[in-house]
This record gives sequence, structure tokens and C-alpha cells, in this order.
Amino acid sequence: MHSAANQPMLSQLTLTGLIVREIRFRKWSFLLATLAVAAAAAMIFGAEALLRVEQCMTERFLKQQQTETESSIQAHENRVSAAGSQLQDTVRKQMLTLGFNILILPKEVDLAKLHMDATITETMPYSYAEKLANSNIITVNHLLPSVTKRVRWPEHELDVVLNGTRGEIPIMHRALKQPMLDAVAPGQVVIGSAIQQKLKLEIGQKVTLMGHEFAISKIQPERGSIDDMSLWVDLTKAQEMLGMQNLIHAILALECECSGDRISEIRREIAEILPGTQVIERYSQALTRDEARTESKRAADESLAIAKAEGKATLERVVKERTSLLQKQQELNNILEPTVLVMTCFIVAALAFHNFRQRRSEIGLMRALGLGSMSILGAFLGKALVVGLLGGLSGVAIGIAMIVVRIMSVSPSESLMATWTSASLTWTALWVPILIILLTVLASWLAAYHAIRQDAAIVLQGE
Amino acid sequence: MLLTLEGLNKTYQTSSTKVQALSNVSLSLDEGEFVAVQGPSGSGKSTLLLAAGTMLQPDSGSVSVVGSSPYSMTANARAAFRASHIGFVFQQFHLVPYLTVFENVQAATLGLKSSERASNSRVSLLLEQFGLTDRSHHYPGQLSVGERQRCSIARALLNGPKILLADEPSGNLDESHSEIVLQELRRFAQNGGAVLLVTHDSRAAQTADRVVYMQRGVLSC
Repeated sequence: MHSAANQPMLSQLTLTGLIVREIRFRKWSFLLATLAVAAAAAMIFGAEALLRVEQCMTERFLKQQQTETESSIQAHENRVSAAGSQLQDTVRKQMLTLGFNILILPKEVDLAKLHMDATITETMPYSYAEKLANSNIITVNHLLPSVTKRVRWPEHELDVVLNGTRGEIPIMHRALKQPMLDAVAPGQVVIGSAIQQKLKLEIGQKVTLMGHEFAISKIQPERGSIDDMSLWVDLTKAQEMLGMQNLIHAILALECECSGDRISEIRREIAEILPGTQVIERYSQALTRDEARTESKRAADESLAIAKAEGKATLERVVKERTSLLQKQQELNNILEPTVLVMTCFIVAALAFHNFRQRRSEIGLMRALGLGSMSILGAFLGKALVVGLLGGLSGVAIGIAMIVVRIMSVSPSESLMATWTSASLTWTALWVPILIILLTVLASWLAAYHAIRQDAAIVLQGE
Repeated sequence: MLLTLEGLNKTYQTSSTKVQALSNVSLSLDEGEFVAVQGPSGSGKSTLLLAAGTMLQPDSGSVSVVGSSPYSMTANARAAFRASHIGFVFQQFHLVPYLTVFENVQAATLGLKSSERASNSRVSLLLEQFGLTDRSHHYPGQLSVGERQRCSIARALLNGPKILLADEPSGNLDESHSEIVLQELRRFAQNGGAVLLVTHDSRAAQTADRVVYMQRGVLSC
């Protein structure tokens, strides 16, 4: 027989010691409860963290997409801008090459009346055209002297504009250029499209105008101007018909080589040669130039707007898809998490009740030995705390491992810590075990409450 | 008087019947007195024991333990009072299965403050006294029934109680082990304690100084 002195050093038995020994003794049920809690913690942490990580990755992905789209649009804008500038420049050059047309008129011509009636009442000598052609003028390429008068075509009871033109006068100091407009041969007439349509005339048909017979040599295409109601005949014939021998109304100068404000230079140059005249710019070239510029800008802007709209639409589609995916994941979480929590509570509560039934006799004895309700409650809830703590922490550890694997598999180039921080996973890793511990303790509460409410006398008697 | 029970009444109410477990029961135990309550099963012996042990409040009557009225105390104060002054020995031993023999005896101190707890050397002395030193690190499942009962008596005696309440302590034991247990109870009484033994075994009752009989909740000499 051993003496008391031979006893190994033993510490006092405490409530904590009681809990630890009971866990060791019923290790399988403890392990089962801990595993259930760990699985719940892993699932809840995993689901929450996965959602946050996905949200984080979506934000990052969208930001990246946004940047790429903006870069793409910027690049497109630059390309369009460059192309637009090039186009405008090309158009400008083309317009400059084309030059623009001017009309040399007697100084007394009322421009308002000219624009309103297409009629010039004042005249100037035909010699002006020859004088200009023989001068050293450098800003004008082609010269077309003309008479223009609104007349009644008595044979057809029709008001028309009669133009007399002789074609180009060669400028003496220049090499002969390709004529811009053809002359109308004597005995022939060129008619505007509206006249042709009105009188049902055809090329080659003979017509009588103010007692003179002409053969129709050409019908002008529709121009949408006074030209559609005009007739062109040889200048000399027109002068004769109008009683304006050796007189002209205007000299049309075509393909004037000017740019910017060179119209002033033309005016100055012509004024020196032909005093008593005035120079006006024909609208068509300047307007065309402006319209071409506007059109090229419009096309560039439209192309850019399409690129922006496409970029925006792509982004919106991606946002919609990702949002939908996250929403589905959130909905799944909304079902999964409460289900897992309820099931875990149920399992923990069931195991706690089983434990309570196993320990009924022990609880009766503890009462007999003088343990109060709080101590008995502590023995049960202390065990639940250990289950919750171990299960919660190990579950979150498993969840963290899963999330790390997920982050690394999706974006290995991204910093793990950056994703962890931006997804606020530290907070999740804190609240999940706390929630799990609280729930485990809560689930065990009912069993613990039964334990303290148990009538020890009945248990001890029953046993 | 270490224990005084006066006019105790206790009725168990079930859904259909009422059982009068104690009917005007009075009993006193003085220091060094060993009293046996003998009676058939269901006569109210265990109810009397638990009422005396401050575990079961009677419907009426008074209980006085070492001069105090435990049922006027709060539950926690009564529990602490019980841990200090009363020792229990049960027929089923009620040993905690996951504690060793040493720890099972130590468990008697769980209801006391640290300063009031018996030392480990006292646990060892009791184990030696009850021949359980070699078994101190064994679990209850590894003990014989006699050893289990001796362990439960050692636990009951650890805090130095004034009163020992024994409910059929030899009920599951063979004759030799019964004898050992009853001798220990007698020794406790001889050392100044009071023993209230509840049994239906007339041989066990004969060990006591005084035997009272119980029939349908009524105590008679």
C-alpha cells in the first residue's frame, strides 16, 4: 500500500478541470459537435468571404475595364481627331486648289436687286474683259464675259433669264488652261432643266426665241437655282437680241487662286485694272468649303460618339452580368447561411441534450456535493464555449485556406493582402467565430437550463 | 442535536395520484449517534434522507442541521452549507465516470471556496484509510463494486461533515464488503459524527445504535 506522501503532486479539482476531463472522456461526441460547428463556421465564412472577394474582384475588373475602355476611346478619339484634321486639311486644300469664283460687275450694280431679280441693269464695255485678259493679273485664271437679262420668251409666253456668253477669253501671259466652261456656238442654245420640263423640249429641237431660231445643244441638269429657268446663247447674238452691242453685264472669273483673305487682294488688283467695277464672291465655293469642313467634323464626332456608346454599352453589359451573378450568390447566401446556422444549432442542441441525459446522475451528485446552479450551468456552457471556440476558429481557418486558394487561382498576380484588405476579410474572420461561439452557447443553453432545473432529489432517488 | 426533524410532511403529486411520502415525521440525531431507518421499498425512507440532507424541502415541518435551518437559506447558501456539514453515501455510488478515484474524492470540494477545501494530502489519507491508494488513478469503471462504495464513502468524509446520510450503502455489495462499509459508518459515529442509515436490510440496520421503522411515510420506533 502506498503512503500519502508517495502520491504525485495533484492540483485541486476545479470546474475548468471538470470540463476538460469530461471532454476527454466523451471525446467522440465532443469531436462531432466541434466538427459540426467547424463545418458551419467554414461554410459561413467561406460564403461571406467569397461574396466579398467576388465583389472586390468585380470592382477591380470593372475599374480595369473602365480604364481600358477609356483608353480605347481616347485612342479612337485621337485617331478620329487626326483623321478628321487630315480630312479637313485635305478638303481645305481641295477647296483651295479649286479656287473660288468671283463676279466682276459695274460699280453701280445694286447687289440687292441682283440677288433678288438675277438681273443687272448697268453695263460695262466688252473691252473690259479684253483689258483684263491682256493685263498681268495673277489671281484670276478664267474670264467669261457675259450679258444676263430677264426677258419674256414671247413664243412660249414664259419669263426666262437670257445669258449671253462667249466662253473663255485666254489670259495672255498664261499658258492656255483647260477651259472651265464651254462656249455656246452661234445658232445654238443651252436651256435650263425647268424650261425643258415645262416646254417638253429635247436636244436638237429647234426653238424660236424673240424671233431668232436656235437649236438646243444641251439641257443643263437641275441645279435648284435661277439657272433652271435660264437660257444660254452666244454672247454676240445675245448682245444683238438685247440691243447691247459691245456691252456686257459681268465678267465671271473662275478658279481664282486665293486663300484666306486674298479676296481683298483680288479686289485691289482688279480695281487697279478696271476702275469703276466691283467684285463679289460667288457663294458656292465658300459654302462648299464650310459644309465640307462641317461634314468632316460631324463624321468624326459621330464616329467618336459611336465608339463611346459602344464602350459604355460594353461596360454596362459587364456590370449587369457581374451584378446579376453577385445577386444570385447573395441570394444563395441568404438561404445557405441561416440554414447552416439553424442546422448547426440543432446539432449542437441535440448533442448538448444527449450530454445532459448522460450526466443526469452526475448533476444530481454535484447538487448533493453542494454545487450551485451557476457552477452546473458553467460546466455545460463552458463545454459549449470550448466547442464553439475550437469549432469556430478551426472552421474559419479552413474557410481562410479555401479563400486564399480561390484568390490565388483567380488572380495570382494580385496581391493576396490587397484583396484580403479590400474585401474586409479580417472583419469577417472576427465576426464569424464570435457568431458561431454565441450560437453554440445559445444552442447549449436549453440543455444547461434543464440541467439546473433538474430536481436532484428525484434523480438521486430514481437512481 | 446535530440533526432535528420535526413534523415533516411531504406529498408527491402525480397526474392521477397523491403519494404521502412523509407523514408528520420527527427524528433527532445527536453527536456519535448511528440511527437506521428500516422499511420496505417506497415507504419514504429515501425522501426522509433527502429532506434531512437539505436536498428536498418538505411541504411542512422543520429541519435543523447543526443548529441551522437550511431551508430558510438561499439555494446557493444551502448548497455550500450542505457541502460543509453533510456527507452522502448512495447505493449506486454516483461516482463521476471521467474522474479518477482521487479526483472523485476531490470532487467533494467543488462546492466549497478554495480556502475551505481539503488538501490533496487529506484525499490521499482517506484513500489509504479505505485501501484505495493503489487505485487512486483508476477510473470508476475499472473498480470493483466494493471499491466504488469505499470511494464514495471517502468522498462523503473528505470535507469532515458532522452528519453522514447513507441510502442503502450496502445494497449492491456482498457480505464482506457490506461489513466493511458498515464498520466505516460506525467508526464515523464513534468519532463524533451522526449517521442516518436508510435500509431495508435488517442485518445492516442492526449495526446501528437505534433502529426506527418507516411504513407509508410514517415513522415509528
